[in-house]
Amino acid sequence: MSIDTAEATENTTDEPTSEVPVLEVTDLNVTFQGLGGNPDVHAVRGVSYAVHRGEVLGIVGESGSGKSVSSMAAMGLLPDHAVITGSVRLHGEEILGKKDKEMARKRGKVISMVFQDPLSGLTPVYTVGDQLAEAVLVHDPKAGKDKARARAIELLSLVGIPRPEERYRSFPHEFSGGMRQRVMIAMAMANDPDVIICDEPTTALDVTIQAQILDLLRTAQRETGAAIVMITHDLGVVAGFVDRLLVMYAGRPVEIGDVDEIYYKSRMPYTMGLLGAVPRMDQERQGALVPIKGNPPSLSALPPGCPFAPRCPIAQPECELAEPELLTIGGQPSAERIRELAVAHEDASAGAREKDPEERIHDTGVRRAACIRSGEIDTNDWTARDIYPVPEIPEVEASSQAREDRAEMLRVDDLIKHHPLMKGAVFKRRVGTVYAVDGVGFDIREGETLALVGESGCGKSSTLMEIMGLEKPQRGTIEVMGKSTATLGKRDRFALRRDMQIVFQDPMSSLDPRMPVFDIIAEPLRAHDVPAAEVVERVYELIRLVGLNTEHATRFPSEFSGGQRQRIGIARALALEPKLLVLDEPVSALDVSIQAGVVNLLEELQAKLGLAYLFVAHDLSVVRHIADRVAVMYLGKIVEIGDTTSIYTRPAHPYTQALLSAIPIPDPEKERARTHIVLDGDLPSPANPPSGCRFRTRCQKFITLSESEQERCVSNEPTIQPTNGGDQGTACHYAERLTVS
Amino acid sequence: MSQTEDLTESERPDGAEETPSIPPMPNRAKDVLLQLLRTRRVIIGLVLIALLAALAFLGPVISQWGIGERDFTARLEGISPDHWFGTNHTGQDIFTQSTAGLQKSLLIGLLVALGSTVIAALVGSFAGYFGGITDRVLMWVADLALVLPSFVILAILSTHFVGQGGWLILVILLAAFSWMVTSKMVRGLTISLREREYIHAARFMGVPPHKIILRHILPNMSSLLIADATIMVSTAIIGETALSYFGLGVQPPDVSLGVVIANGAPYATTAPWVFLFPTVLLVVLVLAVNMIGDGLRDALDPHSKSRRS
Amino acid sequence: MGKFLARRLLNYVVLIFLATSFAYLLAATNLYPRGYFEQMQPPPSPEAVNAQLDALNLNDQTPIAQRYLTWLGGIFTGDFGKTIQGGDVASQMWMKAGVTLRLITVATLLGSFLGIAIGAYAAIRQYRAFDKSATAVSFFVLSVPTVVIAIVVQVLAVSINDLAGFQLLRYSGEYTAGFSGEWYELLLNRVYHALLPTLVLAVALFAAFARYQRNMMLDVLGADFVRTAMAKGLTRRKALFKHALRTALIPTITYFTFTFGALVSGATFTEKIYGWHGMGAWLIDSIARHDVHVVAAVSWFMAITIMAASFLSDILYAWLDPRVRV
Repeated sequence: MSIDTAEATENTTDEPTSEVPVLEVTDLNVTFQGLGGNPDVHAVRGVSYAVHRGEVLGIVGESGSGKSVSSMAAMGLLPDHAVITGSVRLHGEEILGKKDKEMARKRGKVISMVFQDPLSGLTPVYTVGDQLAEAVLVHDPKAGKDKARARAIELLSLVGIPRPEERYRSFPHEFSGGMRQRVMIAMAMANDPDVIICDEPTTALDVTIQAQILDLLRTAQRETGAAIVMITHDLGVVAGFVDRLLVMYAGRPVEIGDVDEIYYKSRMPYTMGLLGAVPRMDQERQGALVPIKGNPPSLSALPPGCPFAPRCPIAQPECELAEPELLTIGGQPSAERIRELAVAHEDASAGAREKDPEERIHDTGVRRAACIRSGEIDTNDWTARDIYPVPEIPEVEASSQAREDRAEMLRVDDLIKHHPLMKGAVFKRRVGTVYAVDGVGFDIREGETLALVGESGCGKSSTLMEIMGLEKPQRGTIEVMGKSTATLGKRDRFALRRDMQIVFQDPMSSLDPRMPVFDIIAEPLRAHDVPAAEVVERVYELIRLVGLNTEHATRFPSEFSGGQRQRIGIARALALEPKLLVLDEPVSALDVSIQAGVVNLLEELQAKLGLAYLFVAHDLSVVRHIADRVAVMYLGKIVEIGDTTSIYTRPAHPYTQALLSAIPIPDPEKERARTHIVLDGDLPSPANPPSGCRFRTRCQKFITLSESEQERCVSNEPTIQPTNGGDQGTACHYAERLTVS
Repeated sequence: MSQTEDLTESERPDGAEETPSIPPMPNRAKDVLLQLLRTRRVIIGLVLIALLAALAFLGPVISQWGIGERDFTARLEGISPDHWFGTNHTGQDIFTQSTAGLQKSLLIGLLVALGSTVIAALVGSFAGYFGGITDRVLMWVADLALVLPSFVILAILSTHFVGQGGWLILVILLAAFSWMVTSKMVRGLTISLREREYIHAARFMGVPPHKIILRHILPNMSSLLIADATIMVSTAIIGETALSYFGLGVQPPDVSLGVVIANGAPYATTAPWVFLFPTVLLVVLVLAVNMIGDGLRDALDPHSKSRRS
Repeated sequence: MGKFLARRLLNYVVLIFLATSFAYLLAATNLYPRGYFEQMQPPPSPEAVNAQLDALNLNDQTPIAQRYLTWLGGIFTGDFGKTIQGGDVASQMWMKAGVTLRLITVATLLGSFLGIAIGAYAAIRQYRAFDKSATAVSFFVLSVPTVVIAIVVQVLAVSINDLAGFQLLRYSGEYTAGFSGEWYELLLNRVYHALLPTLVLAVALFAAFARYQRNMMLDVLGADFVRTAMAKGLTRRKALFKHALRTALIPTITYFTFTFGALVSGATFTEKIYGWHGMGAWLIDSIARHDVHVVAAVSWFMAITIMAASFLSDILYAWLDPRVRV
């Protein structure tokens, strides 16, 4: 029943014909041996896929699902202590078990890879050009330095690095994340490989840069005709990009098929839940997200049955008997047959395993799912909302009142935060000023959620820190609950901290790892001299409020999963009963299935406690889901502000339009039909912002204007003007109504 | 189905009541302890230290000779029932001298390490947390202490180490000249910890700075401090030995291993025992301390973790 | 940049000035040069002693502030005063410094090269036999004080000489006194004498460098850029050598420079035991002779080397690592 070793794959086709897949992975298993008594980790179990020339295969899964490890194994990049079995064929040639020297000849030449983190992916001490030239030289030593250099420059310009000759001599740290990723792609393309494996190539990047990189990958594919394996956790990224999709869970492939089939007719509850858990940017009032309860299983102690069964809403007793095979829809054995097999298996023990893997483990191109109820799901045509219980979230009471009548929780006017730009780690000195926040203004009313969105470096976090510091700002005013921070005394400031608390992005670093949960949640209470007896009562109340168990109180943060840690952070923030909660990217570090639960919790708490939220995020899909109003920031300024519906349906600022357009939608048909506005270049340095309108250097509208019209953008800085009537305001001289698909 | 229940359910690990099916994120303290106990060199080091400490404090007591006492009938004599480790040229019993010296060396090592680690932790964390002028002043003091000719100062002041408790002055001076490098490390760590979100959180809830340093920052680098202090023990012992070798360290009537070794060195070829026994004790002591320190550092410092982690 | 460097150098000058002054004041108040003259044979008259002390600016009957100012005045003209025997401190200092620098330069180069090679290779072979034995050896060496190594090597040299029947290994002095011959013979004689002390220092340094380089190397072994290098077609060996080692060498070289500064005083014991007349040995002797000016001069020299080394290591770091390059 379970998959056997891959000796069964003897039907090697010797002649590489067009029929032979470029890359074929069959029944790949990777186990990391545990050290010193630690259990082995089964990172990949029975993965099979095949990609043909020009085809794009997506591999989707949450963190720890084994999607990266399987491709690293194919590249021969795993460390020695990984035990790999199965088969990896390149043009029909078995490459698993080849010596490093032979593999090195294939790597970068036939099969190449783009990694996730461009920050650490390039050697810091060599120039970008030299590293690129090395990729050419290593496969063609006779080419000579000059030729390799010429090719490197050619590649740099191909991937859209401006002034490639000059940039050849730059070091990696002088490049932005997006540019480094371009270099990585150039490196992967250098020798016209037949397969390019992209491991989360856009995860560390901002949406507008992501759009550029995805565009570039399409170009790369066109140029080289290579097959692409696209590994990602982002269901939006793959929707419009791939032909076929493989979904992984706990090291196993759980569903494979054409991208449309998977998105519209998913037949595996995990995939269904995943799709239901994604907040959608293209849907107004989506309702509560579908949370998948629980957490993925530990890869070192897997349950005997379906690994998803403990989290599955439609699990049956049979699910826990044996791990379901990846079979065609309806091809799964019946519940009775599974019970029989389980009994037979126990009798026969390991000796007489079923050995008919031929048919099953190969990727035959047919859509398959690893769920014994896949047939049932298919017949009934269930969707996520049919099988998952969706919580109902009450409306905020205050929302019945008009916005103007509600109390002001926070008002920021013309806030600036400039800080010195230092250069040199050894010889530190000031070389300029960073205009991190440069005249930002907004207000938040009771029970309302304002989202502050923008790409990294736009100043949204600096704005938060300024607000949370409760100090007198360099310029402008911050008023919390009607009190200006400029006039606050030490005592008042301390007292005001009760009313405003913060939840941070990284659930790893937002909790002191040396403190048990109880002390973490009690800290704000103790700091404000709440009597000990009340502290205990309040802490347990909070623990229950955020959906944790009371017995969790004595444990340490490291014992919790990301979602649970974020709940602890929320409990701590709520301890002093604040009226305003500042949320700094509270869900961006979480997996989709976990994220949904936290988003639902935040919405529920808001309704229950009447909180106001200042929600800072770069993920516009989550924002659309949770926010009442949205403020879009660019280079230290707000360029557009207004109620969520207006902003999303009628964005008036070109930047907002580009931002919305850049986000991929997890809907293959819609996604294929869209044309993305792809912005040029990177965010300019906040130390040296462009004159006039700060966005003009990248503006898609600017280039369409006549010279005299452009003059206004260059010399006049636009201020926020009411647009489209009502609440919406835009800082653009040529703002217009527009509906973005 | 009510809201709260549903949410509670959604995060509760399923299956058995309290066995979390969460990916492996074990208790760090327990993990470190387990790893320490699995590290053979830490165990060996601990056992050796325990044995040496027992020897150091029991040795002078069980020996029939007093510290500094001379047996004029036996000068420079080898191992005998009377003198377990032999005698030196003045007839002093090597066993008594060595174990008494071991005791002093051990005490000096521990006290110096304790003192310098406390100074380093406080100076480094305050400099790093407050930054600005505090940082500059404290680091300038550290630089000054680094440039001051510690050896000259110790050597000149060595005349004051005589008499009851005189060696404590040596301890203070050694500690005063060994905190600088550690404090710079602590400062660097503090600067990176200062930007951690839980520190921001504490600040935003109104916890005063000194409490943040003592409650959040120092505990979170305690592992590194402990490891560093252990290494400091061996550095101090070695430093004291070298000073005493030239008569600039512990002064008579106090004895340290350095003093005993110095007395024995001229006879190293002719009467090996006078040199060998104290030297072996010293090397074993330092080795044991280093083993523990290095094991601790490996187990606690995420940067020196093995590739397999 | 220039202004920045100037400010930094000025800070160094202030630190060195303070350190040296402190050493002078401490020595002048605690050492007792009068005793040095009083115990001469035949005992000189108190007037003669006073005259001697006055000539040397060492008279403890002169107020300390006055002596300090006189000494300080000399320093600014490059005059470090006189030794207690009446010699010129400055000229002797450069001679002694030469001896010390010769010894430690060769030793650090030898020790660091061996250490880096062994440490780096041990990291690549982590947990294998080579790594384990390299770790064990360096661990053991680190646990033995240099003094003990020096003595043991000396003892071994004596035994080997005894076995050989003639003086195969020299363990005392810088060169054979009264030896004369062609220049190459003189050179050979010096090399011969330098063998053992250099070895002693090199062994101790090797252990430290091996440990350090191993740790640095382990840090970069799992780095993403090594993976990238392999992904573009380099073999593991080549990726490690060209990308990992090059990156891991930067901190080691910085460390190397820093160590070199500290070694001027660190080599004291080796110098003393092997009868080399370097800085450290001079210091110990002059403390015994109550020679205030030499003590102050050596302190000055050591402070300078420490500062220079730390400055140089910063510059090297900035030069080698493009990330911190200005």
